[in-house]
Amino acid sequence: MTQRYVMSIDQGTTSTRCMLFDQGARLVSVAQREQQQYFPQPGWVEQDAVEIWRNVDRIVPRALADAGIAAEQVMALGIANQRETTVVWDRRTGTPVGRAIVWQDVRTEELVREFERKPDAGTVRERCGLPLATYFAAPRLRWLLDTVPGLRERAERGDVLFGTMETWLIWNLTGGADGGVHVTDVTNASRTLLMNIATLSWDDELLSFFDIPKRMLPEIQPSTADFGRTKRVVPGLRIAAALGDQHAALFGQTCFARGETKCTYGTGSFLLMNTGRDLVQSTHGLLTTIGYQLGGEPAVYALEGPIAVTGSLVQWFRDSLGLIGSAPEIETLAKTVDDNGGCYIVPAFSGLFAPHWHSEARGLIVGLTSYITKGHLARAVLEATGWQTREVVDAMNADSGLEASTLRVDGGMTADHLLMQFIADVLDVPVMRPIVAETVSLGAAYAAGLGVGFWPDLEGLRRNWHLAARWLPKLDATRRAEEYANWRRAVELTFGWAQPRQPV
Amino acid sequence: MPGPVQAIERAAAILRLLARGSGRLGVGEIAASLDLAKGTAHGILRTLHGVGFVEQDTATGKYQLGAALLHLGTSYLDVNELRSRATNWADALAARSGEAVRIGTPLEGNVLVVHHVFRPDDTLQTLDVGSLLPLHATALGKVLLAYDTDLAASAQQADLPSLTRRTIVNSSALSRALAQVREHGWAADAEEYMPGEAGIAAPIRSYGGLVVGAIGITGAVERLCDGRLRPRPELVTHVRSAARAVSRDLGAGR
Repeated sequence: MTQRYVMSIDQGTTSTRCMLFDQGARLVSVAQREQQQYFPQPGWVEQDAVEIWRNVDRIVPRALADAGIAAEQVMALGIANQRETTVVWDRRTGTPVGRAIVWQDVRTEELVREFERKPDAGTVRERCGLPLATYFAAPRLRWLLDTVPGLRERAERGDVLFGTMETWLIWNLTGGADGGVHVTDVTNASRTLLMNIATLSWDDELLSFFDIPKRMLPEIQPSTADFGRTKRVVPGLRIAAALGDQHAALFGQTCFARGETKCTYGTGSFLLMNTGRDLVQSTHGLLTTIGYQLGGEPAVYALEGPIAVTGSLVQWFRDSLGLIGSAPEIETLAKTVDDNGGCYIVPAFSGLFAPHWHSEARGLIVGLTSYITKGHLARAVLEATGWQTREVVDAMNADSGLEASTLRVDGGMTADHLLMQFIADVLDVPVMRPIVAETVSLGAAYAAGLGVGFWPDLEGLRRNWHLAARWLPKLDATRRAEEYANWRRAVELTFGWAQPRQPV
Repeated sequence: MPGPVQAIERAAAILRLLARGSGRLGVGEIAASLDLAKGTAHGILRTLHGVGFVEQDTATGKYQLGAALLHLGTSYLDVNELRSRATNWADALAARSGEAVRIGTPLEGNVLVVHHVFRPDDTLQTLDVGSLLPLHATALGKVLLAYDTDLAASAQQADLPSLTRRTIVNSSALSRALAQVREHGWAADAEEYMPGEAGIAAPIRSYGGLVVGAIGITGAVERLCDGRLRPRPELVTHVRSAARAVSRDLGAGR
């Protein structure tokens, strides 16, 4: 019998990856290409959507060729993507109206302040589950409509389309200007500030609050649905699932039961807890979001604590400071010293996300003395990820009333043992990594495979989860408390740094 | 503090000279350019030749920079980078074989465990990243020895301590075992390190085919081997294909 596989495309913040999994959920092939990031002004982060599309065009055939797999053996394709990154393109030519504005971009800070002053600003959160912040898509879309000449008229005429990256890729894969399907899924739509979190449809009040023409928005589908077949790249693949990357990771970690929690360590880090059919409104700075929605079933909700800068702090250390040659070398450098030497780095590059939500905060390095070496800085870089996790876990425990007894982790940074040990130390709970650390890709594959019957049910997927590594807490309580207190003082120093430009 | 070593300064000058222009010079030209006695220049060139930093054209007798020098800057691979690049394939190997996976690199006459994936049966296991294993008694170690002449030579000069009744303790027996590893492209140990336990490993290669580490599985001897202590062929295949996949990611074969 011919072997059958499921393909996933993970369109992430730094790269796009194509992976193939067999029925045992084992990785068979992977192909990857990084995309360029553009930083045209402080706080601005852009990517070229066309470059991302070309990368998909290259890696999908390569992933198949590397494993000697024919397109006919691929039962389904699932797409996971960086969320909130916003692109608008011409429906007749397929050409974007400008570069995609990435989720880390904070150009809409002043715009968001204006929205906050509107009398009905208080209703936004209860309608969509999210605070007003630069992080989400709607202010970016509004910024484009306000600044690109003629764009609003083209949007109202229906000439241009809005999408996050899964929408852009599905539209292109299913034919582009020649009949491409313009769709999104509930998890991605839940990150726009435009979808009603209870009805799972575009909310007319929110559309009018942000002044966005409905015609340019994609159709909202469940996470597993019939998204059509590919007509380009490798024709004939059945697109059966789309999810935001963090929702895919929740799915890939098989957090199917209420209370199950995971944290994915990548460019940013994202802690999500499945809250089942209950829509929980946070009182501690977390987001209400959709965990996933399987076709034809009610949505599963989640609480989320997003941390904007974790892995990207290591990249900054590598690319902007040049202190290491590759990201994993941060561990080697950090191990040249025994502790942080009293130095802390708070990477508020895009303001601070959960649980603080201070858009105006900016990053700092504090505790510098002539004693500090690059080894101490490397430690402070890694520790920043650990402490930010601690803050979000504290908020999650407070909101849910449950004490997390372990933390399931995944993502590229789980290869860093120093960091994983530090996270176990600061949380004072065991940290567990499953055997497939690439849970974003795996989750997209799971959802797609489930959608076409390649895997029978959630219980079957759960049996694939196995422990690959576990780190146990070792730090003594006094030291942990002292260090946490230092971290919190450092965080407070970042607040209020960026000031709105004063009129002359 | 001691001053600069004159011979090394002169060797560096010769390498710089060879790095210029056509890059092919005779010993007389080199001696003249650097104002050295011909005998001195010749002595330095023979030493550089011995370590592979220069090569001599057999027809003309002229010297040029050696291949070893060109690879000097690219052969270093940070162990944390190796782990990071290998994680996906180590996971897949554990899932396929049902056994614990380790990746090792040489460190001071031992195997340093740089990566460890638990046996995927959810039993209680402890991470042993950072621990050391004996080179001569483990499959990982034998792979590292087989592809590193210097490492093998120093291992064979040292004592080969007996850890079980099956450990190879005789240096010529070890030589034969390493020749077999090179011939087959993989190594095994059956109860040579711990009674009841076996291992299978294969080399991880980087640019130019240079072996930078070993990846392997360990587990109960009755699961890994047949009744005559021969490793099961399907497990050998899993280990070798994981090693090849990591090597491909590291740029081997390019």
